Amino acid sequence: MRHYESVIIGGGSAGLAAAVALKKQGIGDIVILEKDGEPGGILEQCIHNGFGLQTFKEQLSGPAYAERFIRMAEELGVEIKLNTMAVGLTRGREVEYVNPEEGDVTVSADTVILAVGCYERPRGAIGIHGPRCAGVYTAGQAQKYLNIDGYMVGKRVFILGSGDIGLIMARRMTLEGAKVLGVAELMPYSSGLPRNMKQCLEDFGIPLYLSHTVTKTFGKSRLEKIELMEVDDNRQPVPGSEMYFDCDTLLLSVGLIPENHLADDAGIEMDPSTKGPVVDDSYMTSAEGIFACGNGLHVHDLVDFVSLQAERAGEGAARYIRAKREGTEAGERRVSVRPGENVSYTVPALVHPDSAWGNVEFFFRVKAPLDTVSVVIRGGGRVIRTIKKRKMIPSEMERVVLTKDVIAGLSGDVVISVEPQA
Amino acid sequence: MYDVVIIGAGITGTMLAKDLSEYRLRVAVIDRENDIADSTTMANSAIVHTGYDPEDGTLKALLNPEGSRMYPDLCRSLGCRIREIGSYVAACGEEEEKHLRVLADRAERRGIPYVFPSVEKAREEEPNLADGVTAVLEFPTTAVIYPWEVAIACAEVAAENGTEIFLNSPCTGIGRTERGTYVVSTPERELETRVVVNAAGVGAERVASYVTENPGFEITPRKGEYYVLDSNVKLVNHVIFPVPSKEKGKGVLAVPTVYGNTLIGPNSDFTEDPGDIGTSPEGLAYVRENISRIVKNVPLNRAIRVFAGLRPVSEEADFILEEAEGLPGFVNAASIDSPGLASSPAISKYLIEHFISKRVSLVKNPDAVMTRRAPVVMADLTSDERNELIRLNPAYGRIICRCEQVSEGEILDCIRRKCGARTVKGVKKRVRPGMGRCQGGFCEPRVVEILARELEIDPTEVVLDAENSRILCGENR
Repeated sequence: MRHYESVIIGGGSAGLAAAVALKKQGIGDIVILEKDGEPGGILEQCIHNGFGLQTFKEQLSGPAYAERFIRMAEELGVEIKLNTMAVGLTRGREVEYVNPEEGDVTVSADTVILAVGCYERPRGAIGIHGPRCAGVYTAGQAQKYLNIDGYMVGKRVFILGSGDIGLIMARRMTLEGAKVLGVAELMPYSSGLPRNMKQCLEDFGIPLYLSHTVTKTFGKSRLEKIELMEVDDNRQPVPGSEMYFDCDTLLLSVGLIPENHLADDAGIEMDPSTKGPVVDDSYMTSAEGIFACGNGLHVHDLVDFVSLQAERAGEGAARYIRAKREGTEAGERRVSVRPGENVSYTVPALVHPDSAWGNVEFFFRVKAPLDTVSVVIRGGGRVIRTIKKRKMIPSEMERVVLTKDVIAGLSGDVVISVEPQA
Repeated sequence: MYDVVIIGAGITGTMLAKDLSEYRLRVAVIDRENDIADSTTMANSAIVHTGYDPEDGTLKALLNPEGSRMYPDLCRSLGCRIREIGSYVAACGEEEEKHLRVLADRAERRGIPYVFPSVEKAREEEPNLADGVTAVLEFPTTAVIYPWEVAIACAEVAAENGTEIFLNSPCTGIGRTERGTYVVSTPERELETRVVVNAAGVGAERVASYVTENPGFEITPRKGEYYVLDSNVKLVNHVIFPVPSKEKGKGVLAVPTVYGNTLIGPNSDFTEDPGDIGTSPEGLAYVRENISRIVKNVPLNRAIRVFAGLRPVSEEADFILEEAEGLPGFVNAASIDSPGLASSPAISKYLIEHFISKRVSLVKNPDAVMTRRAPVVMADLTSDERNELIRLNPAYGRIICRCEQVSEGEILDCIRRKCGARTVKGVKKRVRPGMGRCQGGFCEPRVVEILARELEIDPTEVVLDAENSRILCGENR
């Protein structure tokens, strides 16, 4: 059985950044398994601008951002297997993959990095009633048809969900000559980034219906009409609020879910809030030597943070390999990092105070929009840091940094909460 | 001149077509939909019931036990998946427990294996049995299948043996000639035939009304709605039934499917509109409330799809298998609701023996092949088997559907077969891309591309299901 120092599953933004980091750390015998015919992942269909402000201090399109990492990976000699689907993963770090050239192959590895991405919540998971006619797509699916394959899915469009892909597609389809009739959002606030609300809806005069949802579709073979209803505080439709829109297309932008069947195969502990694996400050999962990063770990708002975390996952994997080689043990003591008041999750969710390395960034999201609040970080019950914030919204990922020294001195669980300013 | 024209390519029509294809007969099957098994056979509980449920003296009681016994061999010869997972009928309280005894007595008389496990043992096997369940009756031979897979396989066998199959061909009229034959009209052709079999499901009454003012039965479609749970949810190992009742039929059940998903449903509502196969908030609310009587911890937040299907129900509450009065050679196979799927192999035999053999002479065709090459399921194969296949045909190494691990080779095979897939849903029914948790989010564009290439059409001409259900409206600017 072929053995690698690291097998990276997924050649999108996370997998590429992790591979680059591994190579830079001197770990040479690595491979990326990529299911598509080219690397880059979902970035390849995101032809709009706005990627890379953090990483490269300039505005790039998705493919251009991916290209930078693809080039780095090439220059560092990263092996990428294309058209290769990882179909199995064991806790003992054996990875089974399938491709047309090699067939069905199982390899072993010192480390495995899961960079598998996410999928879009489908119609069936959200309870829109009516027949199953053509004309209902997830936003990313329509984006692929349009930006990769070169086809429009429809001409009169309604969008359910104010997720970023939905907003981007509202603009994109308008520019392609479609009429976008509106965007509905179940929550009383948008789930997309403010800049996308402005640039994709407001600038094109596309109405946004907050606290509304699509309750029914009509049509025989192709979609003909949708029913939109207002929802109450419990997100239940309000009788009498029905509105109807004649449209041939409904796009769904109602959430991204980390893809985790490989992690499930390996019996990796999952976080019910993120729906991705629980990881420590090296991005290692509950299975030793198996790491996770990218949207398969938790759904990000900006690709720059994907790259940043994946880089740390790559470094974490490199440190793990070196420690094994040198026979040094990782610190035994573990401290968990938990979401407190108003916070839905934290990544990472574990730190090792006795073997902390570098500053550790913690990523989290608030559960609802909040004004004039403080992010309060407690360790062992004691306040470690307080950061004042004027405004926080769920669509933006938040991050706080704890230094190596602070982590080394932790005596008990860390709780990150968002509280009214004292 | 045809010997037999079958109206309806659901499980009843295709099973009959397959069986007739063993003889030297000219047979045609017409269906109004764009694929085999696209109505009732596509959307039901997917269970091969053993036959304890029908009342004594009915055709259902006669044909269900026989049909279900035929299924294992049938599926083997057709290369269809079947899992004999067994079922529990779960009683809550004394009244329902009494009824279990009635079912067991029927099973006894009909030679159907059954067991009364202790409720403790049942809970060991099924930890998610609801707390209110007080007794369980087990039927170990209850099986699950993909109903449409069996119908498609039957159609394929029939077509390979020369049966003509016309899709998108609704029956628009039936005339009778002076010599006593029938002329079945569709928008594109007229088929003269000695025998007509009306297996038109929810459309059977309408079809019969073309030849007689009084069809003698009335079909009222009943809608059943279901949830489909993600395959990584392990809720139950057996089919879990409530105790059946006259009013509610078999009730709301939990069904592990042949590929590891769980179905929860159905409700049972009469519907005015025979084209209405949409789910409804009321219907699914009913399903949610009623499943909790017999199964607990049902994670409906893990649903990946909801769907509805229509069952053709008549007043008689039994199958209608008879030659229409005064119309020799016009055979109704109507009102085939549950357990129609389980009964279908026996229904076919019954129709041939009692009616068709009386009107046409049955001479075996020595060249007929009654088996089908089983489709490859990559996800089921060992590593060595996969390698062998990929070496011979690299398309089996290109995985198109991540959720269900379906390869391009499997998709190509299902398109290239007789009665092959012509639509995105047709591919999904045959080899499952899009059946998983992303519901085709990733693979649908790739399936569209493969269909366009194989059918030599433009991608904008590829349809989801029905004839006009185009997925793409044109090229971008």
